[in-house]
Amino acid sequence: MSDITDLGVASLRDGIRTGKFSAREVADAFIVKVSKGKALNAFIVETPEHALAAAKAADEAIARGEPLKPLSGVPLGMKDLFATKGVQTTAASHILEGFEPVYESTVSQKLWDAGAGMLGKLNMDQFAMGSSNETSYFGNVISPWRRGGGDNAPLAPGGSSGGSSAAIAARLVPGATGTDTGGSIRQPAAFTGISGIKPTYGRCSRYGVVAFASSLDQAGPMARDVRDCAILLENMAGFDPRDSTSLQLPVPKWEEHLSGDLSGKKIGIPAEYLIDGTPTEIAKLWEAGIAWVKDAGAEVVEVSLPHTKYALPAYYIIAPAEASSNLARYDGVRYGLRELAEGQNLQEMYAATRAAGFGDEVKRRILIGTYVLSAGFYDAYYTQAQKVRALIARDFENVFSMCDLLLTPTAPSAAFALGEKSADPIAMYLNDVFTVPSSLAGLPAMSVPGGLDAGGLPLGLQIIGRPLDEQGVLNAGLAIEQRAGFAARPEAWW
Amino acid sequence: MSVDTATVKKVASLARIAISDADAERLAPELNNILGWIEQLGEVDTSSVEPMTAVIPNVLRLREDVVTEGNQRDAVLRNAPQGEHGFFTVPKVVE
Repeated sequence: MSDITDLGVASLRDGIRTGKFSAREVADAFIVKVSKGKALNAFIVETPEHALAAAKAADEAIARGEPLKPLSGVPLGMKDLFATKGVQTTAASHILEGFEPVYESTVSQKLWDAGAGMLGKLNMDQFAMGSSNETSYFGNVISPWRRGGGDNAPLAPGGSSGGSSAAIAARLVPGATGTDTGGSIRQPAAFTGISGIKPTYGRCSRYGVVAFASSLDQAGPMARDVRDCAILLENMAGFDPRDSTSLQLPVPKWEEHLSGDLSGKKIGIPAEYLIDGTPTEIAKLWEAGIAWVKDAGAEVVEVSLPHTKYALPAYYIIAPAEASSNLARYDGVRYGLRELAEGQNLQEMYAATRAAGFGDEVKRRILIGTYVLSAGFYDAYYTQAQKVRALIARDFENVFSMCDLLLTPTAPSAAFALGEKSADPIAMYLNDVFTVPSSLAGLPAMSVPGGLDAGGLPLGLQIIGRPLDEQGVLNAGLAIEQRAGFAARPEAWW
Repeated sequence: MSVDTATVKKVASLARIAISDADAERLAPELNNILGWIEQLGEVDTSSVEPMTAVIPNVLRLREDVVTEGNQRDAVLRNAPQGEHGFFTVPKVVE
């Protein structure tokens, strides 16, 4: 074997199980990669001791002949949105700098209970607000990818789970957690040539996940292939009494039932996702995707989701409204930063703390959210947006009487250069044009890599499924993966 | 609908975020740009639809009204910027 870090989650799990290598060797190999990958700025905190402890437990279990757990000895990256006991959790913000939770998020606890270890806390857009990882208080994450032809401009790894996507693409971790509010798993996965799935809203517990927009936030896995995503999701999902919106349903055996045979499946192609200004390469990749799912046995039908163009503006009312409420908790009293000048009163302390602790994009969204919820504007903005959201969900319900799954591009462009869109918030928001509608409807959706553009950068395809049909989504993802033959990887410059 | 600097200051005050006059000047056109873009929602006929309340049908569960994770005062206070005698402390609010 050449290099352990070339292996994904399934191969590592199986290799440890069969004694091909020890869990300690696996942990050591990734710890070295993480320590050499600092130029990517993918980690806020490195936790080699956590990964080594999980490896030790796995190796000891093997030595004693005990049965292994589903992820024994597999080291992972943890997005810094998940509360990890005793390990700094900041949501990439200044206001939570130094915050060490006294409890563990349900999703991370499930992964540790399954035997996985943690390589570190992954950088991200501040409070998960961003599509390029340029809003982190701890600096931009740099994508491991570069455009061809000697263009060394640093590129965005996507966002908000940009530390996760960069670390996986650069082989610093075999898999990682992400969270997706409007596309924050799928768009970074597309930008970096990896896979990621946002499950149905309610599949993964939100307990201990720093809240952004609670009616949209969902955790999900990111990894190098579809099987690895299925394995990780099985060990992240499940009912949690601590989350009032958690679905009280058993976790299906997604890995066991993976199949790239799409016979009998109908896949819808929504006309509204062909938007003006989409690069021809993305339209061509979409065509290729259609051919691949047909080759896998699916029937392809054209469908219409008429309210698609209103999804983004509705999202940019609903998400900031929920954020303005959720982020009210950062007040300089219970945790995190406190700014208090001599002689200031309580109200001045709140305002000074929040001014110093939040970044520009976070403030912008809190202000938008506060405005649309304020007296006199609530109905015109917030109520109208929730009505449009109901229409968007109804669009999906209607098409799912005609087809089982939808196939679309994941993002309207390949990765852009850092700084290229940061001056224009709306241009940045448009990155999520294809991912936001399924978020608003709570549907499972995944991105898989499909190919490269002319500049040598990855492009992704998105599959959207009915509520609870993660299996259908994963299977279509697998069918595409088997046919796309995506093997490109960034050349190490870091 | 246009947001002026006075409105920006009012909203920032509601959101408890201190902003300078220069911040308000900068933010007014930024917020107007975003609000102008989201106002296209007004075009949609929503007369026949109720606002969404739950994205996936679910029931709100009730649990027994008992203490489940009590007696953790020190853990709760551990990350407080300032705590004294087992309480969070803030600047004086009552004269």
